[in-house]
Amino acid sequence: MLSFIARRLGLLIPTFFGITLLTFALIRLIPGDPVEVMMGERRVDPEMHAQAMERLGLNKPLPAQYMDYIGKLAQGDLGESLRSRESVWKEFTTLFPATLELAFCALIFAGVFGLLAGVIAALKRGSLFDHGVMGVSLAGYSMPIFWWGLILIMFSSVSMGWTPVSGRIDPLYDVEPVTGFMLIDTLLVGDEGSFKDAFMHLILPTIVLGTIPLAVIARMTRSSMLEVLREDYIRTARAKGLSPARVVFVHGLRNALIPVLTVFGLQVGTLLAGAVLTETIFSWPGIGKWLIEAIGARDYPVVQNGILLIACLVILVNFVVDILYGLANPRIRHQR
Amino acid sequence: MSLLQINNLNVRFGDANAVPVVDGLDLSVDAGEILAIVGESGSGKSVTMMALMGLIDAPGRITADSLTFDGIDMLKLSGRQRRKVVGKDIAMVFQDPMTALNPSYTVGYQIEEVLRQHLGLKGKAARQRALELLKKVEIPAAESRLDAYPHQLSGGMSQRVAIAMAIAGEPKLLIADEPTTALDVTIQAQIMELLVNLQKERNMALILITHDLAVVAETARRVCVMYAGQAVEVGQVPELFDIPAHPYSEALLAAIPEHSIGAERLATLPGIVPGRYDRPQGCLLSPRCPYVRDNCRAQRPALDPQAHSLVRCFYPLNQEVA
Repeated sequence: MLSFIARRLGLLIPTFFGITLLTFALIRLIPGDPVEVMMGERRVDPEMHAQAMERLGLNKPLPAQYMDYIGKLAQGDLGESLRSRESVWKEFTTLFPATLELAFCALIFAGVFGLLAGVIAALKRGSLFDHGVMGVSLAGYSMPIFWWGLILIMFSSVSMGWTPVSGRIDPLYDVEPVTGFMLIDTLLVGDEGSFKDAFMHLILPTIVLGTIPLAVIARMTRSSMLEVLREDYIRTARAKGLSPARVVFVHGLRNALIPVLTVFGLQVGTLLAGAVLTETIFSWPGIGKWLIEAIGARDYPVVQNGILLIACLVILVNFVVDILYGLANPRIRHQR
Repeated sequence: MSLLQINNLNVRFGDANAVPVVDGLDLSVDAGEILAIVGESGSGKSVTMMALMGLIDAPGRITADSLTFDGIDMLKLSGRQRRKVVGKDIAMVFQDPMTALNPSYTVGYQIEEVLRQHLGLKGKAARQRALELLKKVEIPAAESRLDAYPHQLSGGMSQRVAIAMAIAGEPKLLIADEPTTALDVTIQAQIMELLVNLQKERNMALILITHDLAVVAETARRVCVMYAGQAVEVGQVPELFDIPAHPYSEALLAAIPEHSIGAERLATLPGIVPGRYDRPQGCLLSPRCPYVRDNCRAQRPALDPQAHSLVRCFYPLNQEVA
């Protein structure tokens, strides 16, 4: 198991460098630079522009800039935002809980309903429910997130008035950020009204962000479950006189979950990418919205390191999933 | 009274008019008896046993005049009631041990599951009993095997575990569905020996489904030859082997390679078992039977008592020897 972990860790190093190089290059490929954006519509005095660029260290050749960047990274310095002069790390940690809360809720939503729908569809294969679930999930998977978000807002918030349109909580409530997770913070305050309000704010973004993972998990669970239910050991389990629930969940789902688990890990990346759109639609004050604004402002340190942090997170999650995979599947664990 | 009594069992897949996969099968097994069921692939051997175990799902349909085990009418049981019998009083060992065990659970867990389900054993008592069972099926270093996963075991070892699982509920009837087909020849003999020893020791009935006629000759007391879902001959072991009365039994025996020593080619019965949609109107064997006569093609024979055995043929062979 240890060598399994060590090998996985070894693979992370080149991935990490690849990401730094990619984000560094991509943001510089977009026309414009931070100084131009800051100056806005006014004509930029070339001399002032050059001075500002020199002050930011952006006049050096690209390889030198990259070396500077990596050198700072090696010291754990993520730099500071060109706009706010706040350290990138501080901004990230302030905003990240909002994204994490949303992503976590979306993953729970997708996981619970996706697994349930997938298992039932597999058990009732060919039924109306099966076709219905698979059709809806295909639609969900194909739907553009921003369109789906707007439709839900129009229906649920505008027409029916069930849920708030945007934001994390009504400005009426003044909640002291302790953990940064609104649901927990409102509970800590002990005000039932604010918790309910935070919860209502979460519903639509959770559904919008969770739709694609839900569809993927439901389809994956169904096909994996169908495959497993045909296995000989399911017949053995039935021949033991076990209850149908035990056969399906203990003997079937346990094995069917192995591929689904991988999908779960991959979906975390999708979730963070989807969060950028979802947060923009719902004015959710998380890192998605932060990054979009940083790209607009050519805020190089925020874009580079913000994406790097997210990428590290996705890598970390997949790493954890790999280990879980080893735990779930004894055949992998014992490979040397 | 026999332990298992099957009368006119039909298994169909599809509606009531579908061609039966098991076609009017009559079979009985006494307590402590070894019955072998032989026949080529697709003759309905396994399906019969699956029907008994309640393992046939829709669109499979089971009908029978009686399907009685140990005085219980298996067809009248609810799912819950049947599961109290299946896995306990009737247990089954399957063909391919490498896929019959759940890869995600340890050997010990899978055996203990039966003990918990049917005997109410838990914790240490269950583990102790599982260990005894592993020793019973002659697994070396049984203690350490309890925590092994199926992929860490060889085929023969896995089949021993499957047998341990099957006998965990102290069954009165053990069904072994081609238990040695997927194993090496050297292991086959060991597994057969183990099954027969367990059968003797516990005086349980054993139904042995097999292709291997040599195994039948060595172990079984009675044999049922199946063809296309029907029992075509049911008889005592030495007689059926020495003087088969049904042309199909004769052909099966002739197909044993040792019986063709010195011949250019192995003896075969030309053709294949008729499928669902090309059943002949008369005797099911008529298209392949070397002794076929006109009325064989027009009418189906019944399973009737002849000199040594029950035979489903208008013109049984070897009757003059009697």
